[in-house]
Amino acid sequence: MTSVFGPKELVFLLSGLKWTILLSAIAFTGGGIAGLLVAVGRTAERAWLRRAMILYIGVFQGTPLLMQLFVVYYGLGLLGIQVPAWAAVTIAFTLNASAFLGDIWRGAIQALPRGQTEAAIALGLPLSSRLRDIILPQALRIAQPATVGYAVQLIKGTSLAAIVGFIELARAGQIVSSQTFAPILVFAVVGAIYFALCWPLSLYSARLEAKFAAAR
Amino acid sequence: MGYELDFSVVWEHLPELLWGCLGTLGLALSGMTLAMIIGVLGVFARGSNMAWLRRLVIAFIEVIRNTPFLVQIFFLYFALPSMGLKLNPTVTAIIALGLNGGAYAIEIIRGGVQSIHKGQVEAGLALGLHKTQVFRLIVLKPAIRAIYPSLTGQFIMLTLTSSICTSVAAYELTSVAQRIESDTFRSFEVYFTVTLMYLAISWMLMTAFAAISRQYFSYPTR
Repeated sequence: MTSVFGPKELVFLLSGLKWTILLSAIAFTGGGIAGLLVAVGRTAERAWLRRAMILYIGVFQGTPLLMQLFVVYYGLGLLGIQVPAWAAVTIAFTLNASAFLGDIWRGAIQALPRGQTEAAIALGLPLSSRLRDIILPQALRIAQPATVGYAVQLIKGTSLAAIVGFIELARAGQIVSSQTFAPILVFAVVGAIYFALCWPLSLYSARLEAKFAAAR
Repeated sequence: MGYELDFSVVWEHLPELLWGCLGTLGLALSGMTLAMIIGVLGVFARGSNMAWLRRLVIAFIEVIRNTPFLVQIFFLYFALPSMGLKLNPTVTAIIALGLNGGAYAIEIIRGGVQSIHKGQVEAGLALGLHKTQVFRLIVLKPAIRAIYPSLTGQFIMLTLTSSICTSVAAYELTSVAQRIESDTFRSFEVYFTVTLMYLAISWMLMTAFAAISRQYFSYPTR
């Protein structure tokens, strides 16, 4: 059945947008929490922990997001875990985000002067307090521009969920495009919606970066 | 009940997968070349006297950087034929990768060019070098040296992004994998192997980029 691109189609795209935002938000939150562990492990004293995190980050940064999606999607089923498509893609994006955010925050932790940690140790602060009160507040502040910048990457990345059939914005666009036979118009609109979502974040990231550069 | 992993399927299809790797490398290298051309031309246009050209380049960069590659390649896939360009999917994929990588390259190269001190250019001209020589030797080479790490990082990203070109059925590793998967239903085995192949490709590229850097950019700077 064919139709023209009208309000009904636009509403369908916006319902896809809802899933894009939800998927990005869950992956960013989950990936943020796991990413903290990755960053801390990556800068830990223990060599085996550091190496494990280097490997973890390297695998996610050295393979296509699409493949990570496929491997998690089919791997979970293999383990006998039957999860719906949306849960599988959420897990995949969360793992990916944890590696990228972990690496961004690793850089920020390493950018702090070594004396901070040494002073905290000399004061007898336990590891948990050292991280919570001294290291992480400063590191996460330095990492703000890159963290916001990664959010843009993540939102764009969720479009790949379309390839495994999850109906978010990009997949909604494919469906509307095949119904209306107006692919150029539909993908221009879909692109414009992504742009409206990502551009403000990009501008915000650039402004944060300029602010930090001026403060230095 | 239990699922038996069976990698013999992968072994049988290994030649096709290896051809797929070459397809990915070819796609990525063509995309990188186009991205570099767009990057260098874009830097000139970005610094042009004509305001409309400057604005056009800025708009291009922002649109590319704030929309997903998947949407970009779908758009091109349908838009190019309507402009009278009937291209095969692999060529469409190269154009998409080149445009995408080019937008990032413009900003990276511009940063490198801005890192060159104006006095250096003036010194070069005073020494009687031709304008093109000044650009090539005094602006371009040190600029490339300064941006080499971020540029090659972007190239690795481009190579990994090329897997998305499967969605327009370009010839590369992921599309080969998807065909084998739909023939054999050994999804996990195929995709797991292909993931390792991508890891090997990015590792190879990183090693090659590091070797090039040692060859060309390990001269003293002061």
